[in-house]
Amino acid sequence: MELTNQEQAMLDGKEGYAVRKSMEILVALGEIFGAKNLIAVDSVQVAGVSYHNLGDAGLEFLDTLSKDGKVKVLTTLNPAGMDLENWQQLGISIDFAEKQTLVIEAFQRMGILISCTCTPYLIGNLPLYGEHLAWSESSAVTFANSVLGAKTNREGGPSALAAAFVGKTPCYGLHLDKMRAPDIHVSVNTEISKLSDWGALGYAIGKKAENKIPYITGIKTAQLDELKSFCASTVTYGTKPLFYIKGITPGAELQVQPSQTVSIESTDLKSAYDNINDDVSDIDFVCVGCPHCSIKEIQEIAELLRDKKVKESTEFWVATSRIAKHHADNRGYTATIEAAGGKFACDTCMAVAPLKGRFKALATTSAKGCFYSRQNLMKTKMGSIKECIDAAVTGKWN
Amino acid sequence: MELKGRIIYKGKAQGEALVTSMPISFYGGVDPNTGVIIEKGHELQGQSVKGKILVFPQGKGSTVGSYTLYRMKKNDTAPVAMINKETETIVAVGAIISEIPFVDKVDILEFKTGNKVTVENDTVTII
Repeated sequence: MELTNQEQAMLDGKEGYAVRKSMEILVALGEIFGAKNLIAVDSVQVAGVSYHNLGDAGLEFLDTLSKDGKVKVLTTLNPAGMDLENWQQLGISIDFAEKQTLVIEAFQRMGILISCTCTPYLIGNLPLYGEHLAWSESSAVTFANSVLGAKTNREGGPSALAAAFVGKTPCYGLHLDKMRAPDIHVSVNTEISKLSDWGALGYAIGKKAENKIPYITGIKTAQLDELKSFCASTVTYGTKPLFYIKGITPGAELQVQPSQTVSIESTDLKSAYDNINDDVSDIDFVCVGCPHCSIKEIQEIAELLRDKKVKESTEFWVATSRIAKHHADNRGYTATIEAAGGKFACDTCMAVAPLKGRFKALATTSAKGCFYSRQNLMKTKMGSIKECIDAAVTGKWN
Repeated sequence: MELKGRIIYKGKAQGEALVTSMPISFYGGVDPNTGVIIEKGHELQGQSVKGKILVFPQGKGSTVGSYTLYRMKKNDTAPVAMINKETETIVAVGAIISEIPFVDKVDILEFKTGNKVTVENDTVTII
């Protein structure tokens, strides 16, 4: 890979340990994936924040990096393993909280925004069309590439941090226009109506277009919350973190519809639900917000929960960013949801919190949430926000 | 026998080869406190990578595996060097942050467990 004099100086350690290590990582990845040079990035999104996933090994490395590492571009953080303020109420142990706090302090020293959300594009890290990024959260990467038309590979935690300290990333993969061409046409021949249908659609397309870039036709309208859910699902279940929807996402009109075609019928959607839903009726955990709830979704939850009570044996979480929670506080949604017995889980989510063994059966709107909760040994049910609220109130899935 | 590869992390090391034809997941697949491979059904299950020249095709599993290698280096349970057929991000990043000499694009079929091996930058020698 060709380096400029300034890049070579960084690799030689002229800017300290964190920048040298970062350059070593970027150059090695560039060599492995055949990049010719580094390219400047406009923002970075760092995953690998939960102490549950990092362990002491990750904490130790982050601590070492934070001694002289400072980010050079706007850098936001993925969810942590707990609500940074309200962790006790969510049943997090003191030991875990202490370690998680050390992780956050290390990121703080690096100059990273402690945003702790998988929806950075809703809280002030909004990429423009064509911008190059180094993001790592898979649903956010897919959203940035597909819905916004920015360009990013799916980075690991360390390679995203490396890009933040250098302000650049190796130019390969989805940074190159020729690597962004769709390679399978997906014809959707069924109605997509409620939010969870988008999760089911993501599952179905993920399975039929594994490791491919889909060019999707047959979708008439799509809202932000629906696309947010679809991005999380389709990449979790198999596609590359980029898709085009004809008439909806930017740049679709510049692409050629691939000749290889698969179709999604109502039977495929039903089969997706069948695969995601387990045979279970008693629900002890309901979580909405994977990806993190927008303020609009929180409003819908509050309206559905007004004058109702969450069943005592059921835990109900609204997972969201602290900024969305701030707006919910001002609008009175927080008071309504908490009066009903629901809890806010800011800064965290069901995929990265230490939940293994705590709950038996989850109800959620999210196909991705079901995937990760199964790893935490839960049975899963996916449906609309209304179906989830009903489950929270009755403790049953109907 | 002398083999040339591609440097992922430069350095010099010498030791006994521990060889597998199966990919390794450091996160969850290796105990960082002992260096023992704990993945069920792995052909090296129960064997320690500590102090060895670890020869394997590539990494697999969670990207957190990079941090596991770092932890192993700090715990003195890491391999002294690694050789891959064709590496990927997890092990590459792990070797760089842990400063473990690492070479890939080497024919790993040439190695047998117990071989005495030296690694020096891009050159691997089976003695």
